[in-house]
Amino acid sequence: MNKITLILSREYFIRVKKKSFLVTTLVVPVIIMIFYAGIIYISMSGSSEKQHIAVLDEANLFNQKADTSDNALIFKFIKNETEQSFLRKYKEQGFQSFLYIPIDTSHKKKYTLHSQSAVNLSAIESIEKIINNTIRTQKLIDNGIDPVEFNKINSSVSLENTIDTEEGSRKGFAEISYAVSLGCGFLIYIMMLMYGTQVMRSVSEEKTNRIAEVIISSVRPFQLMMGKILGIGAVGLTQFAIWIVLILAMQMAVPLIFPDLMQQLNNTANSNTESMSMLASTMQGISSLPLAKIVLSFFFYFLGGYLTYASIFAAVGSVVSEDQQDSQQLVAPVLMPIILGFAIMMKAVDDPNSTLAIVGSIFPLTSPIVMMGRITYEIPYWQLALSMLLLVCSFIFFTWVTGKIYRIGILMYGKKPSWKEMIKWAFARA
Amino acid sequence: MNLIEIQSLKKYFATQKAVDDISFDIEKGSIFGLLGPNGAGKTTLIRMITGIFHPDSGNILFDGRKFDPINDSVNIGYMPEERGLYKKMKIGEQAVYLAQLKGMSKVDAMRNIKQWFERLEMESWWNKKVEDLSKGMSQKLQFVVTVLHEPKLIILDEPFSGLDPVNANLIKEEIFSLAKKGSTIIFSTHRMEQVEEICDHIVLVNKGQKILDGTVAKIKQDFKENIYQIGGHVLTEQLSNSIFEVVKYTQENLLLKLQDGTTTNELLKHFINQDISIQSFNEVLPSLNDIFIKLVEGTTATRKFQAPN
Repeated sequence: MNKITLILSREYFIRVKKKSFLVTTLVVPVIIMIFYAGIIYISMSGSSEKQHIAVLDEANLFNQKADTSDNALIFKFIKNETEQSFLRKYKEQGFQSFLYIPIDTSHKKKYTLHSQSAVNLSAIESIEKIINNTIRTQKLIDNGIDPVEFNKINSSVSLENTIDTEEGSRKGFAEISYAVSLGCGFLIYIMMLMYGTQVMRSVSEEKTNRIAEVIISSVRPFQLMMGKILGIGAVGLTQFAIWIVLILAMQMAVPLIFPDLMQQLNNTANSNTESMSMLASTMQGISSLPLAKIVLSFFFYFLGGYLTYASIFAAVGSVVSEDQQDSQQLVAPVLMPIILGFAIMMKAVDDPNSTLAIVGSIFPLTSPIVMMGRITYEIPYWQLALSMLLLVCSFIFFTWVTGKIYRIGILMYGKKPSWKEMIKWAFARA
Repeated sequence: MNLIEIQSLKKYFATQKAVDDISFDIEKGSIFGLLGPNGAGKTTLIRMITGIFHPDSGNILFDGRKFDPINDSVNIGYMPEERGLYKKMKIGEQAVYLAQLKGMSKVDAMRNIKQWFERLEMESWWNKKVEDLSKGMSQKLQFVVTVLHEPKLIILDEPFSGLDPVNANLIKEEIFSLAKKGSTIIFSTHRMEQVEEICDHIVLVNKGQKILDGTVAKIKQDFKENIYQIGGHVLTEQLSNSIFEVVKYTQENLLLKLQDGTTTNELLKHFINQDISIQSFNEVLPSLNDIFIKLVEGTTATRKFQAPN
């Protein structure tokens, strides 16, 4: 068997068999599942429970009746009480909260909602809407305008963004694109850092353990370095592949586990686009994304970015010894472009076609992270091609350069070399 | 027939001439001692022989051909002074892995490992991890993985450090039997009594240069100082003479240094003529330790970093 393959498979299996690999690989989808479950729970529970609210209407704003049919609220009008006197009673009488409307309604701030615990935002919004509607209707009547006529001329437009590409138009879901881009950029950032530093730790461990010398008397240093980088990279890809499979499986499992829910979703989605639930729009948004492109780009940029940085991390690992402080000093300049890439990515998801985002997604040390931040948006093909080409070139260049540093560093003990010395090694003749 | 021929090998580092024009041969099947004080250039020399370093100039011939680090590495087993094994890896798997890196098939590797583990009573270790082993045990394991792939050349750097006398003896016997089967062994150590016991031929390096090369017996002859030991009851007044000096005197034992040009028979006559009964008489050869110290003393401490020319 080829020696790189041997080293690769050892590095791979020793990690995949570890418990920590299993844990991180399974915990992430579980978190995503909990997130899903959270959305489902919220969208289902919203319509179920009615809130009973006591209303002390001193201004007689509602004239004893309020239209609360759209909301999960039931208003109960209280008479012969004051704000102070009823304050102690509403709980006993089975109300969650108590709305007080003073006589003088010109002071907006005097409206008060008393409750034992914090009232959720949507309930407050609903109550505000009901009050505002009532006041507006009253004012319309006072000014001689028929509220029914007014509602007719009152327009309500909701903007739909369609993205026109050569393959045709599709609906744009800005929030979903934003979330997926941010997620991809963040994930690639985390994975590059996680697996890159793992390469560094593993190299420096081999060096301090002195096993490097034994192995290097059997294989060439470059084979050892590449075997290690590829092996750890394969672990990352495996983890990513498992995540995709699990997420897909879960998406298929959700309709099976909650058949009613899907029925309900379809109904609301078909009948009334305005009240389309959050989950339905999320689902539709996700399915509108170019998923194949995202997944393929993720694989490519993870591999390219990881291989570039892993070789740099391997070189750093080969020159540091036990001293943690030494490695901190050397790692800092390597982390800088990664963090810079992350910062540009945060900008790029907001404004994917800004100059900064374009440059950042082409420059090979930041491109893996930044390009993933733009991936759900339309990217001109030349930018994608140039970015990928440069990334491949940078990977070849860095592997060549760091291989030379590694070869010397792995057998050096004692003093830590400076960056200047390392650069001298890198460009010295073989 | 020589397995290794080293011809004016040089390796300079930025701060010093680690190996500065060294040549010697190693005979096939011999146990060869590579000696020298700390920092003399032994490790650099060994690293060139194992193909870890490329020499700046000079040649290494392996089995008559030019040494090819990539293909010849399967014929070399190297046990560095600083032991190195994966601490968290199971011992059996680790041995198989290291043998495979030396080009063995998994089946062959398993067979050899089983044989060695049986012979050195290590069978129960298979599923243990290296971190569970004592220092001496991991030493034994390191020796086994070094010789597992039946290399033609075995390089052992301080193989006995950390071993108790029983295990040291066990390893020593294995070294002898490997040499008998035709392996060539390079043995690097500071322990001169082990060198005298084990090695056929030695080379002493200091400050990157070879300062001594020959068989142990010949070197001792070269460095002898005409010192003889006489056992018998001798009184001090019986020692006045012109043919020898007294090096050391006790009533029952004498160490004498003969003057140049006198023979041992003249020395013996001196005592026989005085009717002193002699129980023993033999020549005292210097120990390698003495030779080592004599040659190296005063130079190691003052070795300065010298820039290559």
